Amino acid sequence: MRLIPTEEQRELAATVRSFLADRAPMARVREIAESDEPYDRTAWTRLSSELGLAGLAVPEAHGGSGAGFGEVAVVLEELGAALTPVPYLSAAVAASLLVALDAKDLLPGVASGETVAVVALPDGEPPVGRIVDRGEWVLEGVVERVPDGPSADLLLVVASTGEGRRGVFAVAADAPGLVLTPLTTFDLTRPQARAELGGVPARLLGASDAGAVIDRTVDVASVLLAAEQLGGMRRCLDVIVEYAKLRVQFGRFVGSFQGVKHKLADMHCVLEQAESVVRYAVWAADEAPDELPEAAAFAASFMGRAYFQVAKDHLLLHGGIGFTWEHDAHLYYKRAKADEVMLGPPRAHRARLAEALGLT
Amino acid sequence: MTDLDEYRSRARAWLAERTADLPPDPGLAESRAFMADLYDAGYVGITWPAEYGGRGLSAAEERAFQQAAADVPLPVGVFGIGLGMCGPTLLSLGTEEQKRRYVRPLLRGEEIWCQMFSEPGAGSDVASLQTRAVRDGGHWVVDGQKVWTSAARQADLGLLIARTDPDVPKHQGITMFVVDMHDPGVDVRALRDMTGESHFNEIFFTGVRVPAENVVGEVDGGWAAAVTTLLHERVSIGMGATRTERPASFAALRTAARERGLLGEPGVRDLLLDLYLRERAFDLLNARMSQEVKAGIQPGARGSVSKLLLADLTLASADLASEILGPECLVGDGPIARALAWGPGMALGGGTNEIMRNIIGDRVLGLPREPQVDRTIPFKALKVGTQAKEDGE
Repeated sequence: MRLIPTEEQRELAATVRSFLADRAPMARVREIAESDEPYDRTAWTRLSSELGLAGLAVPEAHGGSGAGFGEVAVVLEELGAALTPVPYLSAAVAASLLVALDAKDLLPGVASGETVAVVALPDGEPPVGRIVDRGEWVLEGVVERVPDGPSADLLLVVASTGEGRRGVFAVAADAPGLVLTPLTTFDLTRPQARAELGGVPARLLGASDAGAVIDRTVDVASVLLAAEQLGGMRRCLDVIVEYAKLRVQFGRFVGSFQGVKHKLADMHCVLEQAESVVRYAVWAADEAPDELPEAAAFAASFMGRAYFQVAKDHLLLHGGIGFTWEHDAHLYYKRAKADEVMLGPPRAHRARLAEALGLT
Repeated sequence: MTDLDEYRSRARAWLAERTADLPPDPGLAESRAFMADLYDAGYVGITWPAEYGGRGLSAAEERAFQQAAADVPLPVGVFGIGLGMCGPTLLSLGTEEQKRRYVRPLLRGEEIWCQMFSEPGAGSDVASLQTRAVRDGGHWVVDGQKVWTSAARQADLGLLIARTDPDVPKHQGITMFVVDMHDPGVDVRALRDMTGESHFNEIFFTGVRVPAENVVGEVDGGWAAAVTTLLHERVSIGMGATRTERPASFAALRTAARERGLLGEPGVRDLLLDLYLRERAFDLLNARMSQEVKAGIQPGARGSVSKLLLADLTLASADLASEILGPECLVGDGPIARALAWGPGMALGGGTNEIMRNIIGDRVLGLPREPQVDRTIPFKALKVGTQAKEDGE
């Protein structure tokens, strides 16, 4: 089990970090967040074409770099730290699903970043797929919330294929009968859309009984989200620690008061644990498929609460300035809360974990 | 098979043979005999310099030995303070004569060491210690009291820090000495702690004459040495923890809950999940820090993170165990009762939780220190320890 990054991964992190500091600073994040643009197209294009990151975990034969989740996680940590409004997490999850389904024709576009693919994973009643003539499928139903849905060129819709089975369907964002409605989101840096499928022609990818692949994709999504959360958490702590060294009240730097210092020390302890949890879960995703379901549920149960706790305390320790619109603290606070429930609330992950641990 | 693999399997074979006939609870004489054999076989002081009795090998051999010994209980606990704290301090600060005189017998278990820092009036604030050493010709005369000393009843020698100049600020007037624990002026008394047992001791010094050549480091320069020693202590307490028994571990409590048919209760399930999250995250953090050490990244003050989390986990897990098991776990001197009694010791020994948070804040995060009035004024003008309430307060 490897829990520390490789030299190459550290270099990758440094490259992405300096790119983001240069090309996607907070001013740019806010510009996108407050506009109607779903994502930062310029940053996305450069991240995918110049740095070649969109296809990081796609095999070389399909236009990618053939790296692992370990490398994807490194990129996500940096994007999470910078709150960069690009659909990287969703696209990475979609790419891993397409690889698992062996969707050869779709992978090159996804690997190059030209096609933004996202997974539409229903958390309620799934859309229903049915066969019309000559083996063609159409989808009927609604996915209430699709993260990065407004940014998508291609939806990978998880839908019922009858008799309790689930399959994955490719649906172009401009397919007839598909209505993608952008939603007002608490987190301003990750858009969501409601996807209404009114008899949309769709292409079944892989088997009509792809439940195992879909479950694994949810696990992968949990692990990759955890990596993104880790980056955000680390940035929150860095920022508030710096502020505590500069802000003076009662004639002292506020970081010298134990009431503040001890809270920051506890936040650091959470961060140290979080990094260990994430490294383990990412390792399991790459190297230990048998451990992945438990590791993913564990990472999701730990990281959701942990990131929100750190983001919340980082905002509160700023004092009044942290409650202003102009300050960035609320952007992290909102991202952390949205992340915590994005793949289901903590209780859902805990239930998954309890099952994996035999607590039933 | 690499040289290291061979080294490891030889060590494993040696340990298997030598520990086969050990009684389950070896006494002091058996421990000493075992230590001497272990040393003669080449497995003590593996990385310590050869000229002082070590083996002069690399950290790789040390790790290989640790791996070989990971699952073998060795009767070497009583030598831990010497090996982990006193020895390294002597190696870095001792004179040539001291290193030649003390290191080899320390490694071979011929001389057991203890470390005497804490005092009744100097707990978290060790630098406010009041035990004094006064120069008298070729000797220093020591009077005072130490507390919370492990292995003092068995010890032959001890590292002591004492006040040698009360006219300067407290950190500047401290000196470290090697003290003969068999001196008639050294009175060691077992301290019965809240577990009902005596893991620690109190030590009273009355006119103990210590030769001047027993000063370790500079006269009045003992504080820096003490700080280094204490850092070793924190790392070893936190990071050694994965191998110790955990009566209130997740796995043990899950079994207990299952046997009692409690797993169906949502409350019990939630308690167990909380414990799992803490325990697993703590174990993974320790595993990550060990990998960092192997990669050449020293934990330094981050050892305090591990120590703080372990203290929290120890208490919380015993606490939680009693919630799951109910009254049955608190009768008959069972493991949960013992863990509950031992828990506060983990949170206090080697630095309280509050001190750990100060260290993390100051040394890991680089936060501004609290204003300290005691840094500049002479020690003799300081208030120290527990003060009586003054009239009108």
